[in-house]
Amino acid sequence: MRGGAFAGMTKRAAGWMAATVLAATFSLPALAVMPDEKLADPVMEARAREISKELRCLVCQNQSIDDSNADLARDLRVLVRERLVAGDSNEQVLAYVHDRYGDFVLLRPPVTGYTALLWGGPFALLLLAGFGTALYMRQRRRDVDTMPAPALTAEEEARLTALLNDDKPGVGR
Amino acid sequence: MSAVTRHRLLLLLPLAVFLILGGYFALGLTRDPSILPSMLIDKPAPVFALPGLSEGEKGLSNADLTGKVQLINVFASWCAPCRVEHPLLMRLANEQGVTIHAINYKDKPDAAKAFLAQMGNPYTSIGADKDGRVAIDFGVYGVPETYVIDRQGRVRYRHVGPLMPFDVDEKILPMIRELSK
Repeated sequence: MRGGAFAGMTKRAAGWMAATVLAATFSLPALAVMPDEKLADPVMEARAREISKELRCLVCQNQSIDDSNADLARDLRVLVRERLVAGDSNEQVLAYVHDRYGDFVLLRPPVTGYTALLWGGPFALLLLAGFGTALYMRQRRRDVDTMPAPALTAEEEARLTALLNDDKPGVGR
Repeated sequence: MSAVTRHRLLLLLPLAVFLILGGYFALGLTRDPSILPSMLIDKPAPVFALPGLSEGEKGLSNADLTGKVQLINVFASWCAPCRVEHPLLMRLANEQGVTIHAINYKDKPDAAKAFLAQMGNPYTSIGADKDGRVAIDFGVYGVPETYVIDRQGRVRYRHVGPLMPFDVDEKILPMIRELSK
């Protein structure tokens, strides 16, 4: 299409398209938290949301309970709010759920002997790779330093002489 | 060891790393990530008291769980895999004489009764967990789940998902026999 991608488009179509783009840009993602679950106190509700984002939905496994529409996620969201209303701190609520579902329920599992490989693994690999690279570089530098320059072949020797004797720049080859 | 041999060995390092990682990944492939470890293993069952399916009917509480080795099965009439494992529970109760208690998870009592009328009732007692809170205390994250409880009322094993004949023969029954000694 000549004259740009929108040239063939009517004004009305362009308008619709602009509206669609605007709507897509400014709309918020659908929320799993239902209005009837929410706490009246906005501070308390904000804490509940914060905690919910730390807890993994055990049914879908890759969403937090704050994002998930699963039944159990809803039950846990309600439970989190109940514990908050009962006066628990954020840490106490997380501990309450952790006691029942284990490390897996926490989207940021604690560093323990069991999860050491999970947290430390990438750094260990990085260290290993860095060490390997350093070793390789050092070896290579040493090889280059100590390597005797190879003798030139007769052909190379002839070309070198020609280049050295050439006093007309640009015509040498 | 000469410098050259050492250099050669160093070249094998990536291969070694690959083999180690590959080994772990291969092991990971044989595991089902949807099966989570229970936090209750070797710990006493949570304190709970659930009403029965009907008004006035005996329910289930943690006080019922001591004295002998028994199973707790978490089920619901709306759960399809529960139907799959149910005949196996019937056989465990009737042929092996295993005591099986039930936690009826987020179910309508009438629907649960109809389910048992149709499929048979292998349960010694049933607790109706309408809001699923006791199940959360057990760390239940899907139905069905089955727990092996020892004589002291401690949880010794959890099975996630429907029981298959293999699970019963290889794990549940040997475990019950071992714990009953």
